[in-house]
Amino acid sequence: MSWLRRVATVALVSLLALGALWLALRLAGLDATRALVALWDGSFGSGYALTSSTLVRATPLILTGLAVAIAFRAGVWNIGAEGQLLTGAATAAAVGLFATPAFGALTVVVALAVGALAGALWAWIAAYLRNRFGVLEVISTIMLNFVALYAVGYLVRGPLQEPTHIYPQSEPLPVLAQLPRLIEGSRLHWGFVVAVVAAPVVWWVLRYTAAGFRVRAVGQNPSAARVAGMVDVQRTTMGVFLVSGALAGLAGAIELTGVTFALYENVSPGYGYTAIAVALLAGLDPLGVLATGLLFGALEAGALSMQREAAVPAVVVNVVEALLVLLILAVARWRGGSAILARLAGSGSGASGDDSTKAGGGGAAGRGKARPGAPPASGTHAEAAG
Amino acid sequence: MTSPGTAPTTLLALEDIAKHFGRVQALADASLRARPGTVHALLGENGAGKTTLMRVAFGELRPDSGTIRVDGNPVQLASPADALARGIGMVHQHFTAVPAMTVAENVALASGTRGRFRPAEARSRVMELCEEVGFTLDPGAIAAELSVGMQQRLEIVKALARGARVLILDEPTAVLAPAEAEDLLAMLRRFASRGNAAVIITHKLHEALSVADDITVLRHGRTTHTAPAADTDAEQLTVAMLGESGVATPQRDRDEREAGVDAREVVIDARDLVLTDDRGVTRARGVTLGVRAGEILGVAGVEGAGQHELLRALAGRVQPTSGSLRIPDRIGFVPADRHRDALVLDFTLAENVALAGAGAARGRMHWPAIERRTGELLARYGIVASGVRALGSSLSGGNQQKLVLARELDGAPRALVAENPTRGLDIAATAALQRHLLEARDAGMAIVLYSSDLDEVLALADRLVVMFEGRATEVPLDREAAGRAMLGAA
Repeated sequence: MSWLRRVATVALVSLLALGALWLALRLAGLDATRALVALWDGSFGSGYALTSSTLVRATPLILTGLAVAIAFRAGVWNIGAEGQLLTGAATAAAVGLFATPAFGALTVVVALAVGALAGALWAWIAAYLRNRFGVLEVISTIMLNFVALYAVGYLVRGPLQEPTHIYPQSEPLPVLAQLPRLIEGSRLHWGFVVAVVAAPVVWWVLRYTAAGFRVRAVGQNPSAARVAGMVDVQRTTMGVFLVSGALAGLAGAIELTGVTFALYENVSPGYGYTAIAVALLAGLDPLGVLATGLLFGALEAGALSMQREAAVPAVVVNVVEALLVLLILAVARWRGGSAILARLAGSGSGASGDDSTKAGGGGAAGRGKARPGAPPASGTHAEAAG
Repeated sequence: MTSPGTAPTTLLALEDIAKHFGRVQALADASLRARPGTVHALLGENGAGKTTLMRVAFGELRPDSGTIRVDGNPVQLASPADALARGIGMVHQHFTAVPAMTVAENVALASGTRGRFRPAEARSRVMELCEEVGFTLDPGAIAAELSVGMQQRLEIVKALARGARVLILDEPTAVLAPAEAEDLLAMLRRFASRGNAAVIITHKLHEALSVADDITVLRHGRTTHTAPAADTDAEQLTVAMLGESGVATPQRDRDEREAGVDAREVVIDARDLVLTDDRGVTRARGVTLGVRAGEILGVAGVEGAGQHELLRALAGRVQPTSGSLRIPDRIGFVPADRHRDALVLDFTLAENVALAGAGAARGRMHWPAIERRTGELLARYGIVASGVRALGSSLSGGNQQKLVLARELDGAPRALVAENPTRGLDIAATAALQRHLLEARDAGMAIVLYSSDLDEVLALADRLVVMFEGRATEVPLDREAAGRAMLGAA
């Protein structure tokens, strides 16, 4: 019922966005039809395109999309999936480069675990700042993205640089530290399976466990969660930060051990940012993230072939992605569907927990401390101005 | 400006105003006349309709019936802009300044400056207005950085800038230190002496008697008293605010019960509780009380007397700053604001039922079992809903409140704390909730009940504690005694 409607909405919105792309290319005097055909060929057009391109691209998008979805569901505005992904990638690289002799065949598993842990730790910084000092995580996580980016830049010119010291990148990982192929002869690796399994697991945890229920309650109305549910809101949001960071870190570790095999600065083309669009388009539903992650993976995979075949710059696909999110937020606002989405879209209705007391540390005077639950999308909030 | 020759006897007259919200009759027959040159106090308990009446006067609410007159002429006020155009200004309890702007900018914004904004002019305008009423306010200060008292002055200047001749202030002294309150009242007096009128909403008896020229008292939406302050004493006001004694209370079975209760176990035991709110303000200073199984301890007090914090502490929802508190592990709590503190409106009813105890829950959520239990609660408490998967927001206010009470009574915890559980409910829903509370008490539950309606506390409670300025005093179950203790007039 509501599921079907949501799928139909996304499908319709996608068609609209692609239609807009076609029209724009037409008006720009390009061969729009050929471009769209190339987009299709590069994403779903062949078995190779699907497995080696679309699914490979979709893997980090699904994992980081889940990271963002679970955070947003708890009212934790983690914009830092990119930084957490980079930390995961960097630590996984370090494990693969230095610890392979120690762990042997288990190296890749250790690399993924350490990558997830590092992502969680990176998110913990923002969580601590929020709980202890009331620092808005929207700001701290964005800042930490840059810290992570430049830290990677340092690593690939310093401690992790390849032995010749010419290129700003690490040596390729030894085979034991690489994720095995899922389909021999393709680029598809076992990380895709991890992503596909992670989505229903996150969905199940949110729906069927006490911890997941607390996460949803805190996201919908932190005050009621605390007063009626006697939920420790700080502890819950801390847990969400850690899980969210771990998922993003895992995405980075998987990307490194499954796709790039070496660490370099542009190891992520902004997966952690695209993840926000993936999560929003899915209505913050973990199962939906599986679908929208695939959709965005296909778009980005097709974009490259579009550039090759029809000489249309690949970046126009980013415009399509942005258009998708804007349309979905517009629909959410118009229909008032999900309260959290509606809140992101700036709608006043359904924001029952909006004026509730902040989740951050006790003992703060009302307005001096910014409220951590504030949505990132609206700059008009008084707290932001102060 | 009023023409000096033919000064009317009333600046603002509200006659027989009625206003209802849904099924709640907020105002039934409320009248008030503000004479030029006077400060007028509008007294009443919480929920008596004071603010509603003044919002009608300010054009924020349209009355169902009744007449509003300005300078003796009947008027229709469709909006605050209409009211301001006729010289009626209002200062709300919640201030409405733009925090990032300066005082002068805020005043210019409020007075509808068109075309170019001239900072120097705006500043001198603020200075002028301040001088008129005799207080100081820095025109260049950022609104967000003003103290509460200064923010209030800014709100007043905003109203004056619009040419207000009648200034309505909602509980203006509630947020002020005593010295600031005195300044404010002196300023209002000066304002009135220029042929204007000030109306202050208050529930403080002494304030009304000492500063006002005229006093109007509202009770349950009706004007129960209106006279010059000089012809009124505290006794009369207390009766007008709290009603005549002698509303039927179940006194008889209370006497029968009392003997048995004394022997029962003390379930809630608080000694020397000191409570501090999130801003670090001490709200309870050494409260000692006990609640036994099978009794309802009534709590009364005017807004801000510390009962809110006390109830949360007794319910185990906040930690006391000092003192000892013994409460059962499981304790039901019905908070005053159900939308903020009790329900998640976007959750299903079953999820809302599961919310109680969510903090302590481990492992899996057994939704089929929770949905079955929710269905039972809906049936047992007569909650009208389309099903256990309906959203919390789909229920009416009364049914939401019944759901909260049903949830908190579920599993028969040994104690329940309820804060204003029937506020905003119609008569039928109120009666149902009260019946459930009495049944729970008779089943041996220890109950703490606060209500802003003193009658309700008196009707339901077995014992009564009154909070005043953070201290709790046990008083007899008697309206006069309770009323006096609530107002600090021991």
